[in-house]
Amino acid sequence: MSTTVQQPDGVAADAPAPTRKPAAGPARRPRAKGRATEALMGKVAVNGALVLVTLYMMLPLAWLLIAATKDMGGLFGGDGFAFEGFHFTENVKAVSTEGDGIYWHWYLNSLLYAGVGAALGSFISVLAGYAFDKFDFPGKEKLFGGVLLGVLVPTTAVALPLYLLASKVGLVNTFWAVFIPVIVNPFGVYLARVFSAGYIPGEVLEAARMDGAGEIRTFFSVAMPMMMPGFVTIFLFQFTAIWNNFFLPLVMLSDQKLYPVSLGLYSWNTNAHAYPEFYPLVITGSLMAVVPLVVAFVSLQRHWRAGLSAGSVK
Amino acid sequence: MNTSLRAGRRRRKTTAALFLTPFYALFIATMVVPIGYAIWLSLFTEKTSGLGFGGTRRVFSGFGNYADALGDDKFRDGFVAIGLYCLLYIPVMVGTALALALLLDSALARARRFFQLALFLPHAVPGIIAALIWVYLYTPGLSPVVELLESGGLHWDFLASDTALFSIVNIATWEWIGYNMIIFYAALQAIPREVVEAATVDGAGPVRIAVSVKIPMIRAAVAMTMLFTIIGSLQLFTEPSILSDANPAVGSSWTPNMYAYSAAFRANDFGLAAAASVLLAVFAAALSFGVTRLSSGRRTA
Repeated sequence: MSTTVQQPDGVAADAPAPTRKPAAGPARRPRAKGRATEALMGKVAVNGALVLVTLYMMLPLAWLLIAATKDMGGLFGGDGFAFEGFHFTENVKAVSTEGDGIYWHWYLNSLLYAGVGAALGSFISVLAGYAFDKFDFPGKEKLFGGVLLGVLVPTTAVALPLYLLASKVGLVNTFWAVFIPVIVNPFGVYLARVFSAGYIPGEVLEAARMDGAGEIRTFFSVAMPMMMPGFVTIFLFQFTAIWNNFFLPLVMLSDQKLYPVSLGLYSWNTNAHAYPEFYPLVITGSLMAVVPLVVAFVSLQRHWRAGLSAGSVK
Repeated sequence: MNTSLRAGRRRRKTTAALFLTPFYALFIATMVVPIGYAIWLSLFTEKTSGLGFGGTRRVFSGFGNYADALGDDKFRDGFVAIGLYCLLYIPVMVGTALALALLLDSALARARRFFQLALFLPHAVPGIIAALIWVYLYTPGLSPVVELLESGGLHWDFLASDTALFSIVNIATWEWIGYNMIIFYAALQAIPREVVEAATVDGAGPVRIAVSVKIPMIRAAVAMTMLFTIIGSLQLFTEPSILSDANPAVGSSWTPNMYAYSAAFRANDFGLAAAASVLLAVFAAALSFGVTRLSSGRRTA
């Protein structure tokens, strides 16, 4: 809280990442030859360290990619990092046909839980964050304190109580048991308040009011478009969180038809101990479940990077 | 004019209430009520009547479930396990993320965008899939890593009882380094350039600048990361659950969360499960309060 909120131009989605000019001016001068080699060594050390850690981070993903092209024999026999025989299409086919295509059922469920849940959830967060930032009302900071408390309570510590409650009201093992709880995103409200403060100048709202626009109309036609990059960030992170959610579905669901991909893969993995032919299914299925997230993060990098910056600088 | 102003203010209050209602309705329904219900349930215990033919009765037991949970070695061991885990995990993960952010922020780094994206990508992998991949990479016969170590003459059993902690820390570190690195990097980028330049003019080297200028200036981001990391660590469930299939040393109640889960779904003791969940939530809240106070206290000092 000691630093100020980042200026809107700093969080703007299309702003190029600020790069600092190399401060190694003196080293370029010919008389400082010792300094130049020192700078070169520094450059090698810095980038070398980055490359090493990147290799560590990429190793499991590379293995997943290669392992998804192997059949049972290749998986347990040969060299883990070598392509030997290309069985990727067979593996995808096996994943798709196992249990009457249950995998795609799971996939569709995940898309519903994460896609619809995150869209609805980020919209609700933006509404609340905007209200906290732009309106004055009694008990405002106390209410916001409730939001912050919600950020601090571990979500898995709430999952079991949620199950107990859901079994009381008869919602256990239904779509809603997983769908409703994941919509709530206190951290999204916090971020939305920061975004609203950063993106929407008060004067713009005043102008809209002067023109006679109602509050709701002002929100939808003026504020919402200005907050769009913030909305995308909240959506993306909530989508990921729901897609990756494992504990809540594990607790709530027993009907395989309602499983999201994460829980489905878990159940396949449990089978794999007794039936090793499930290993290729788990591996290829995992790869297929990771792809949409990787694509989303790579294509929307500007948005989430800006979003994380705004959230962390506050 | 005055009346229209007042009308505008009233209208805004109504709009604020309208905008806040969906969030708070859901917040109350999915967080406040369940926790309240868990507290209520935790005060009761199920008693089997007679020989067990008459079904079960719920009997008020006051703090009996809390006493049972706190008196159970397995539950307490869970907190010890989390404590040890944090001792290893937090310095390694936060330290590496901070070091990477500083490296990227230094003038010497190349291809910043590529490194940021490559280092972040593991975070997009669902925790359960990350755990599955790593357990496969730990399994002899399946894993090229184990094979590589063997061929180098190194015998490291990732699935032994005394390496379990390391194996879990490694998975979590892999998942979270990139995310926190981006946060630190963003905070570093927000440092006014003049501050760094002034230190350079004063003759401070890059390491000196990183340690005594840059790190103190992003203290708030580091403190917040620590807080979220501790809360996240308390919830540890997925990684040890997956690993427990392959490593018997990781039992079914290795963490407090796993304890609560097995109390509910293996022993069907909802009272005990509710008490364990409440204790975990209270512990998390108290700890975050402490960490927040500690970091803000240090800042004002």
